[in-house]
Amino acid sequence: MSSEWPLWEVFIRGQHGLSHRHVGSLHAADAEHAIKNARDVYTRRKEGVSIWVVEAAQIAASSPDDKDALYDPADDKVYRHPTFFDIPDDAGAM
Amino acid sequence: MDPLFEWLCRMGDSTLVLGQRLSEWCGHAPALEEDIALANTALDLIGQTQMWLGLACETEGQGRDADALAYRRDVWDFRNLLLVEQPNHDYAHTIVRQFLFDAWHFEALTALQSSSHSDISAIAQKSVKEVTYHLDRSSDIVIALGDGTEESHCRMQDALTHLWPYVGEMFTTDAVDEALNGVVPLPASLRPAFDARVTAVLSEATLQRPESDFSHQGGKTGKRHSEHLGHMLATMQFLPRAYPDATW
Repeated sequence: MSSEWPLWEVFIRGQHGLSHRHVGSLHAADAEHAIKNARDVYTRRKEGVSIWVVEAAQIAASSPDDKDALYDPADDKVYRHPTFFDIPDDAGAM
Repeated sequence: MDPLFEWLCRMGDSTLVLGQRLSEWCGHAPALEEDIALANTALDLIGQTQMWLGLACETEGQGRDADALAYRRDVWDFRNLLLVEQPNHDYAHTIVRQFLFDAWHFEALTALQSSSHSDISAIAQKSVKEVTYHLDRSSDIVIALGDGTEESHCRMQDALTHLWPYVGEMFTTDAVDEALNGVVPLPASLRPAFDARVTAVLSEATLQRPESDFSHQGGKTGKRHSEHLGHMLATMQFLPRAYPDATW
């Protein structure tokens, strides 16, 4: 077993009701330790009001090798963007 | 001797010396995360120093500022607790020293929030938030390392045995405290809450609380600092003494 602390991904929510955003990663022994480390590493300049941490090993990620099959097919499907509707004047700004 | 000036120096010098000690770890801590956490704690303590020593200078009314007290006094004028001038040694000593100080500091600031002196109360209210976190963090690490591997447990027990004789000084009451009775809590009154917390954390950490109540004295009166303080000041004060007009 490795004597290194496991890797955690850190998500911070800023002041203004925004979503939590990924800000980086760090090492910690457990979840509580990771929150404390995240507080010290990532919020020392008032960056946030809430912290989420997720053990990096628990994140399932798509493979970069699959990117042609996963993303290229969306290239020529402009009709999926809702830009073909006429917006009635009384709808105001959208 | 003005007891208020004396007492403010005790507070400000203790946070200053511990802040300086912790900053010695900067770039050397066992993990990046610990390095930043210790630097944050050091900066909190230096910030508190500016407030305590700043107020001491106002009280004194001789035109000195906090920098003059920090950088232009010699060992015998310092009024910090002996505990905080003890060297970092290893991480166990650093963390045990921090935990014992935090546990006292937290009780002291909690009581000082309701001081009849409005500036003291304001400084305590601002500082207690920082120190709540310091104590939370040092308690966690004491438990993790005390109840950790055989090696970490031995190092923590050694550090505790070595540093315990510096605990008593935090709770001794002398003429300075008595002169300020009603403005600041008597140190002895903080001991029961300190004991309850320390006993609980040490027991969870599987560490043995030393039985002896022998305690070194002489830090907060300035009568007998340990030999370590002078060496620390030599490093800390070098720059402003060699370049008195330096700014940045």
